[in-house]
Amino acid sequence: MKLLLDKAHIEGIRYYDTWVKNGGYESVAKALKMTPEEIVEEVKKSGLRGRGGAGFPTGLKWSFLAKPEGVPRHLVCNADESEPGTFKDRYLMEFLPHLFIEGMIISSFALGSNVSYIYIRGEYAWIPDILEQAIAEAKANGWLGKNIKGSGFDCEIYVQRGGGAYICGEETALIESLEGKRGNPRIKPPFPAVQGVWMRPTVVNNVETIATVGPIISMGGEAYGNLGVGNSKGTKLMSACGNLNKPGVYEIDFDLSVEEFIYSDEYCGGIPNGKRLKACIPGGSSVPIVPANLLLKNVKGETRLMNYESLADGGLATGTMLGSGGFIVLDEDQCVVRHTMTLARFYNHESCGQCSPCREGTGWMYKILKNIEYGKGKKEDIDLLWDIQRRIEGNTICPLGDAAAWPVAAAIRHFRDEFEWHIDHPEEAQTRNFGLAHYADPLLIQN
Amino acid sequence: MSDNIKVTIDNITVEVPNGTTILEAARMVGGDVAPITMCYYSKLKGSGGKCRTCLVEVSKGSEKDPRPMPKLVASCRTGVMDGMEVKSMTSERVKDAREGVTEFLLLNHPLDCPVCDQAGECHLQDLSYEQGKQGTRTDFTRRTFAPEDLGPYIQLHMNRCIMCFRCVYTAEQLTEQREHGVLDRGDHARISTCISKALEHDFIGNVIDVCPVGALTDKTFRFKNRVWFTKPVDAHRNCTNPKCCGEVRLWMRGKEVFRVTARKDEWGEVATASNGETGWICNECRFEKKDTADWIIEGPSRIQRTSVIAQGHYAGTVGTAGKSEKLIDKVIGKEPIYTLDIHKVSEVDNPNVHLSQIAGPAHSTDFKHDIKDR
Repeated sequence: MKLLLDKAHIEGIRYYDTWVKNGGYESVAKALKMTPEEIVEEVKKSGLRGRGGAGFPTGLKWSFLAKPEGVPRHLVCNADESEPGTFKDRYLMEFLPHLFIEGMIISSFALGSNVSYIYIRGEYAWIPDILEQAIAEAKANGWLGKNIKGSGFDCEIYVQRGGGAYICGEETALIESLEGKRGNPRIKPPFPAVQGVWMRPTVVNNVETIATVGPIISMGGEAYGNLGVGNSKGTKLMSACGNLNKPGVYEIDFDLSVEEFIYSDEYCGGIPNGKRLKACIPGGSSVPIVPANLLLKNVKGETRLMNYESLADGGLATGTMLGSGGFIVLDEDQCVVRHTMTLARFYNHESCGQCSPCREGTGWMYKILKNIEYGKGKKEDIDLLWDIQRRIEGNTICPLGDAAAWPVAAAIRHFRDEFEWHIDHPEEAQTRNFGLAHYADPLLIQN
Repeated sequence: MSDNIKVTIDNITVEVPNGTTILEAARMVGGDVAPITMCYYSKLKGSGGKCRTCLVEVSKGSEKDPRPMPKLVASCRTGVMDGMEVKSMTSERVKDAREGVTEFLLLNHPLDCPVCDQAGECHLQDLSYEQGKQGTRTDFTRRTFAPEDLGPYIQLHMNRCIMCFRCVYTAEQLTEQREHGVLDRGDHARISTCISKALEHDFIGNVIDVCPVGALTDKTFRFKNRVWFTKPVDAHRNCTNPKCCGEVRLWMRGKEVFRVTARKDEWGEVATASNGETGWICNECRFEKKDTADWIIEGPSRIQRTSVIAQGHYAGTVGTAGKSEKLIDKVIGKEPIYTLDIHKVSEVDNPNVHLSQIAGPAHSTDFKHDIKDR
């Protein structure tokens, strides 16, 4: 079922007139007749979970917002979508800006935020213009500004461009950056819900989460909650990339199987050139990589579905996470060592340098992986890498340390023989890849 | 009901005021229970949480919510709850994590202690000494930075920096305008003024005292002497600067004043002065007054830290007698993590020789025999 992208194909949907002709801003009109508490209640009922990666229930997050008398509150939208492999928010903002602005207005109303911010990453250079145009159109038609449509609620939305730092996607670093400071994560507690932007209570939500609020209000929280499986409610945008015939942004139901998502023509259309599946990162670069045999079925032999619980089945050992929905597929020609090195280089480059395990550990891991990849590795290096990631994970201020440690841990856990082959055959490893080994695609084995 | 709450750290229960951090509570217990801190500085607002050496395990959250905390927490930024149970030196997880942090901190550290002016009073030295690990697991080239000149008084060795941010907070909180800060990010983040500007504020010299390593050192003392050969003497003068307390520690050899620093307490932090405020000193006291005639000498300093400086002590001025003897019994018979006693392996650190009793400069021969043999 398509809730977010159902109007994406309409020509000119980016502009206010077309958007309104297609039922735009009805959800806002409906929401403004409700009380803020009722909206929060609807979102709670819907079971919507944060789409930024952690999957924290949005309604619960909203109800944690401190409401001291006389202190303004803020809604901040985290549009700093920097996770490698994730580009769903870009699609939403670029093609359906009004859906997003609708969600911003409803969420601001629900949270009592008169000034809301959209913090967008610097690399999305052209999107702030689209958003600002949408905001201007909404304002010209009375959906923003003073006393919106006679409801007595004032709201302004500002778009703030970031400087292009991955770490500013972490909510407290984003707040620091929004305040004009160096984007270093704050030490929690206090949480942003108590002390966020300008030390005022703040809610930080992902673009997709906020965009989903509009449809939830339109159809009702209960109806939205009936979609999906288990605790994964509604629909999810997936940005599929890597070795796929049809990479792109797809809206999926949570009962879709991973196998169908990769191979069906409705979605990614299989792997090009008849290659076989080797491994996949289903939720953006920081979630653990899983080999094909664990991706399509879990250890118990059950089919994996594209939802929070099913992908996480087996924990970090044999499972992975849905994360932010950046679905990266690796075929049999890809080298896991090189892939892990690339990710380690990314985290080394993006570490903020505030706390020591992440600042020093990410660089160390990258150097070791570089050695292994370029044929200078030693046998002990694999255990050393394991030890380094173990000591980074959980010992840092923000989750970037975990995000840097997990891909390395998972690569070693599942592809240790490939690392060993790289070290044992340093020259051969420069000319060819390891291939599939026993991670062969179960589908093709059956056939 | 009193405002005090009970917290148990390594099986020792203390009563602390509400709002205390775990670290402050552990410092009230004292001894090895208190985690070593590299970035936290109780006198600087906002410091802490960065180095991760003070990680502790919370095995019981509070009386109301007895669940343990899943991750190790930074004790310097975590408040205590009533009935909280904390494991510091008794936890294997904590020990392992601290070893990891020590390794990370030393990973790109140049280990140029033999030529470093901070050697002897360096917190990183103490930390690595306490962990007792001798080897290294890395053979990569260490990270280096281009030298930057911070003016005539302060020497910046960015290679030695561990990014504790203390000096940044000091500059923010003691001086009217911030003159230096952190540039870049990740492992190439560096302390800098960006435009090679001299640090000239009256109180900027205090960044030397807060620096836990040898990244910021006193240019007027550079390569003049080793700290353990100089003798600390407390002194004061009537400083004309109203914000300066004028209470300092002189580091002397004979009658010559080699260095002037603020007085430090047992945690290596600038001590509270007699007027009740933190004893920050001005640049004039620190850099200009290198003559005993400028100072009113109070007497030999009491060295609190179990550091190499304690070697250069005056007889009877070292030690925190009392607490540490009982400690081993209480922390379920666990020995302190010191793996070697420097007094046993180094001739120079012969505990029977007191520098104060040697006339003139000390030589290695002075330490090879006991005093009575000479």
